Amino acid sequence: MGAVDAIEIEQLSKSYPTREGDVLAIKDVTFNIRTGEFISVLGPSGCGKTTLLKVIAGLEGATEGTAKLHGAPIKGPQRKTGIVFQTPALMKWRTALANVLLPAEILGMPEAAARAKALELLELVGLKDFVNKYPHELSGGMQQRVAIARALIHKPEILLLDEPFSALDTMTRGQLNVELLRIWSESRTTSLLITHSIPEAVFLSDRVVVMTSRPAQIAEIVTIDLPRPRTAEMRVSQDFLRLIDRIGRIIGLEYV
Amino acid sequence: MSMSTIQNMRAIPLRTQVWRHPAFQKGMKITLSLALFVIAWELTCRIFAIPEFALPSPSKTVATIIGKWDLYAKHSMVTFIETFAGFLMAVAFGVLCAAIIVVIPVLADIIMPLLLISQLVPKVAIAPILLIWFGYGMFPKIFIAFLIAFFPIVVNTASGLASVERSLLDLARSLEASRWQVFWKFRIPVALPEMFSGMKIAITLAVIGAIIGEFVGGSSGLGYLILLANSEVDTPMAFGALVLLSIGGIALYAMVELLERLVIPWNRGSTDVRLGMGG
Repeated sequence: MGAVDAIEIEQLSKSYPTREGDVLAIKDVTFNIRTGEFISVLGPSGCGKTTLLKVIAGLEGATEGTAKLHGAPIKGPQRKTGIVFQTPALMKWRTALANVLLPAEILGMPEAAARAKALELLELVGLKDFVNKYPHELSGGMQQRVAIARALIHKPEILLLDEPFSALDTMTRGQLNVELLRIWSESRTTSLLITHSIPEAVFLSDRVVVMTSRPAQIAEIVTIDLPRPRTAEMRVSQDFLRLIDRIGRIIGLEYV
Repeated sequence: MSMSTIQNMRAIPLRTQVWRHPAFQKGMKITLSLALFVIAWELTCRIFAIPEFALPSPSKTVATIIGKWDLYAKHSMVTFIETFAGFLMAVAFGVLCAAIIVVIPVLADIIMPLLLISQLVPKVAIAPILLIWFGYGMFPKIFIAFLIAFFPIVVNTASGLASVERSLLDLARSLEASRWQVFWKFRIPVALPEMFSGMKIAITLAVIGAIIGEFVGGSSGLGYLILLANSEVDTPMAFGALVLLSIGGIALYAMVELLERLVIPWNRGSTDVRLGMGG
C-alpha cells in the first residue's frame, strides 16, 4: 500500500431529497485517514456525522466528491469494513459467541478458524466467561463489547464506530473507552469513531475532525499530541484538558 | 440486566419452595377458577332443579360422555383431523404468502387484495358452495378451517419478517449478504415470535372453521353431533360434544404454545408466559 492512505475523502457532499427540496447534510468534506490511525469525527447531535459514516461504509452514495478505501473508490457496501452501531444490534436468538460468528457465516469463513478467532476476540473484549450467554443476560456495556468483537471477526481494513457508547451511562462509557483503546492498540485496525463526546474523541484519537452543525462541514482537524500508549490517568492531565478546552472553543464558536 | 440479575435468576428455584414457584401458582389459579365454575354450575342445576333439556349438570354431561364414549371418540377424531389439517395448510400457505409479500414487495399489492377478499367473505355463506365443489367428505371442512385460519398467520408473519432492526439490515448489507442469507439468518428468526402469535390465533379459528363445515353439511364430527343432538332435544349429548370440543381446542392451543417454547426458548425474556419453565 505504501503511500496510499486507508481512507481518502475528497470534497464530499451529500444531500437528501425532501418535500421542501434537497437538504444538504454534508458539505465539502475533505480528510484522509492513514493506515492504522484512529480518527474521531466530532460534532453536535444530528449534524450528519452518521451520514458520513454510511458513505464511507458504502451503505449510501455521495452526492458529490469521492471516498476511497486504499485508493479504490467506494461504490457500494464492502466486506473490508467492520461496523459498530449506536445500538448493539445483536441477534437475541444467538449467544454472544454465535453473534460474533455471524459475519464469518455470511462470508463463508472456515468454521474452526472463525470459532477460534471469535473466542479470542471475546476474550479481548473481556467477555471470556460470557461466550454462551444470550444478549438479554448481558448488560448494555457487555452487549456493545460483543458488537465490537463481531465487527472485528473478519479482520476488516477499517473499523467504523457510530456513536457506539452514546446509549451507555457515563461510568460504563469511560470504562469502554479504555477497553476500546486497548483493543485498538492490539489490533491496530484503522478506525473511525463518530462521537459527540469531546473527552472520548481526545482520549482515543490521533486526530479529531471537528464538524459544524447542518450542513456538516469541517471546522478544524485537531491533532491530538498526547503520547501513546495512553492511560486512563491521562484524562485528568493538563495536556488533555487543554485539548478539550480547545475543541470546546471550536464547537462553541459555531453556536454563537 | 446486571450480573446480580443473572445470579438471582439462577437462585430462585433453589431457594424458594414448590408452592411459591410461579408455574405452580399459575397452575393452581387455573385449576381453582375451573373448579369454581364447575361447582357453581352443578349447584345451580341442583338447587333450581333445572331440567336436563335446558341445562344438563356437569355430572350428567360427564356421565353422557362416558356412556357414549365410542360415539364421541369417533366424531372427535374427525373434527380433530379436519382442524389440524386445515391448520397445517394455513401455516404452510400463510408463511409462504408472508414471505412473498416481504421479499418481493412488488407482489404485495397484487396478493393482499385477494387475501383480504378471501378473509372478508363470510365462511358460513360460502360453505354450501364449497360443498358443491368438493363434495361432502372431509376436504371441504379442512378447506374452510384453512380459509378462516390462514389470515392471521399471513399478517403476523409478514409484520414479523419486516421488523428486522435497521442496523442489522445495514450489517447484512455491509457484509454483502445474499437475499437468501438475509431471509434465513435475519428475517425468519425475527419473525418467529409473531409467527407463533399468528399460529395461536389460527388454531382456535381452525376449530371454528371445521365446525362451520360440519354444520353446513356433514355426517360426522362434533359439529354434526351437536346438530343431531339438538334436533332430538338431547341437550346432555350436545353438551358432551361442546365439552370435548373445548378440551380438544385447549389441547391444540397448548400444543402450539409448547412448540413455541421449544423453537424459540430465547424469546422467554420478553414474554409473560413462563408456565413449566425452570430457570
